[in-house]
Amino acid sequence: MTTITTNTGAPFRAKRVLPGFTLSLGTTLLYMTFIVLIPVIALILKGAEIGPDRFWRIISSPRAVAAFQITLTAALMATVFNAVYGLLMAWVLVRYEFRGKRIVDALMDVPFALPTAVAGLSLTALFSANGWFGPVLEAMGVQVVYTIWGIALAMAFTSVPFVVRTVQPVLEDMDPALEQAALTLGARPWTIFTRVVFPAILPAWLAGCTTAFARSLGEFGAIVFIAGNLPFRTEIAALLAYIRLEEFDYNGAAAIALVLLAFALVLLVVSNLLQVWASRYREASR
Amino acid sequence: MSISISGLTKRFGQTDVLRGIELGVDKGELVALLGPSGSGKTTLLKIIAGLEWPDAGRLAVDGQDWLQLAAQDRRIGFVFQHYALFPHMKVRDNLAFGLSVRPRAERPGKAVIKAKVDELLHFLQIDHLADRFPAQLSGGQRQRVALGRALAIEPKVLLLDEPFGALDAAIRRDLRRWLRGVHDATGSTTIFVTHDQEEAFELADRVVVMGEGQIAQIGNADAIHDHPATPFVARFMGATVELPVTLLAGRAEGAGLDLSALPRRALPDGAGRLFARPEDITPVPDAGAPWRIVSRTSTGAHLRLVLRHPELGEAETEVSRRAVRAETLIADAPVRLKIDAGTIFPADRHISAASASTRPHIPQKEKTR
Repeated sequence: MTTITTNTGAPFRAKRVLPGFTLSLGTTLLYMTFIVLIPVIALILKGAEIGPDRFWRIISSPRAVAAFQITLTAALMATVFNAVYGLLMAWVLVRYEFRGKRIVDALMDVPFALPTAVAGLSLTALFSANGWFGPVLEAMGVQVVYTIWGIALAMAFTSVPFVVRTVQPVLEDMDPALEQAALTLGARPWTIFTRVVFPAILPAWLAGCTTAFARSLGEFGAIVFIAGNLPFRTEIAALLAYIRLEEFDYNGAAAIALVLLAFALVLLVVSNLLQVWASRYREASR
Repeated sequence: MSISISGLTKRFGQTDVLRGIELGVDKGELVALLGPSGSGKTTLLKIIAGLEWPDAGRLAVDGQDWLQLAAQDRRIGFVFQHYALFPHMKVRDNLAFGLSVRPRAERPGKAVIKAKVDELLHFLQIDHLADRFPAQLSGGQRQRVALGRALAIEPKVLLLDEPFGALDAAIRRDLRRWLRGVHDATGSTTIFVTHDQEEAFELADRVVVMGEGQIAQIGNADAIHDHPATPFVARFMGATVELPVTLLAGRAEGAGLDLSALPRRALPDGAGRLFARPEDITPVPDAGAPWRIVSRTSTGAHLRLVLRHPELGEAETEVSRRAVRAETLIADAPVRLKIDAGTIFPADRHISAASASTRPHIPQKEKTR
């Protein structure tokens, strides 16, 4: 015999999962303040301390400009690569059944889990002159280690899961009837992809690409091993900030970091605007 | 376009979804595929559409072998239960999709497409929705748009998969009439799938009853209702009371049953099985009869009675409260059952194995208050 005991003396108000809206919101906001807001404010204050002239002089110094250029270019290269490869990977993982699919799926998270220093070391070992790939590429005239290609490679390695993992669930949730409908209306596979499937995953894909780009801008650990860190040639902005800090030039470090922060914020805003645009048909119903 | 299907079979893993389908549909006909879930009706529809492929059999439309054609080239209109409208396109663009994806050589000009879309919007009475996104529409409006999108390519065959299944009753009735109008106006050959008998009979010229991957019966409402071809159809059509009878010279007899109202049947002598609807069974008080009233529920207009036979188990009846002497039908009263209408099938091994006692009726919740 089982007795049903649920709902006896249930309160009139629906129960929330967490105890108390005020308490849970308060905790969230508190952590948010300590972990995100205060460090950002401290950084801005530190940067503001030095005054606009000096700030401009620091960030417009040839070495800093070169570092920003290298960082942005490499991050862009990595993101373009990941945008294509990540989309393809997500597609393969969702649409096809094959042996070892679970393993591939799990491997996708390795860049997340692996310490970036380990990633940097292993990439360097593979692509250096006495590694596995290095000699082959060198024979073709491509030098990866100690060049911008190496930086882009390290960035791509650490940020690819962002694209895969944002596109994958959206692709999985897509109603198969949409594609069937397009099929019965006479659409060819490529048309179905460009006019039905891609618009559906576009917001998620954009979001994934922006996060991957932001992550690439900030990548440090994996890059310093493979880049060689030559000023004006393979020195990234985050490393330059670190070097300034090592020289006890806190203001210089803060100024460079602030520029990186500005990049990231602009990127976030752009990404959100793009996503709102790409999913305007959903917003329209509210 | 006339459709002819023969010997169609389909397996999914270990399950036979379709087991030898033979069906012909005439040009301009509106046919319903009716059956419980798992009967294979949707699979059959998807095979006609080219969204599924059979393991064996033939499918020809106007003599052309459609199993050689991809879905894109069949020019069918398919309407999905959950509409499957493209969410990022406005109603106008959804309607235009089928025309705008044609290969460049066959694609009509922009102005032609626009004119066609405007015409459709008007025909479907949804002009005011042209610039909305699907998310801004109600279920009924979405299904109109979905049908419009399918009609835009002037399909040879219109196929609808439970088109009104996700809508509420009032809208469903409206749309049903509207679809009949659309069908008559376009003159297309139409097949739709449903599990709703009322819908099937009201809308279709012919109803194809399907069960367990086979066609059980083809006919109109009256024929299927009054003369179910198999025990499956009888059960599906609501004849839920099954009683063993003995046949002698076409007349049936049974313990505690009054079968005098049933016409003589051309059936062999021996054991048979009677299928009847609860509303076609009238309990008559009879001191010597074996049936006892177990429970009695009144809905005001009707009395719902559960009766028990010592060997046969339980049976359910529903009688008009005014038509019987209700005060005599009380719990534990002995009654015989007068069967006003029903179908008898000779008891083969399959049916007799499922005797009344092994497939008992779930008794009505007993009223204790």
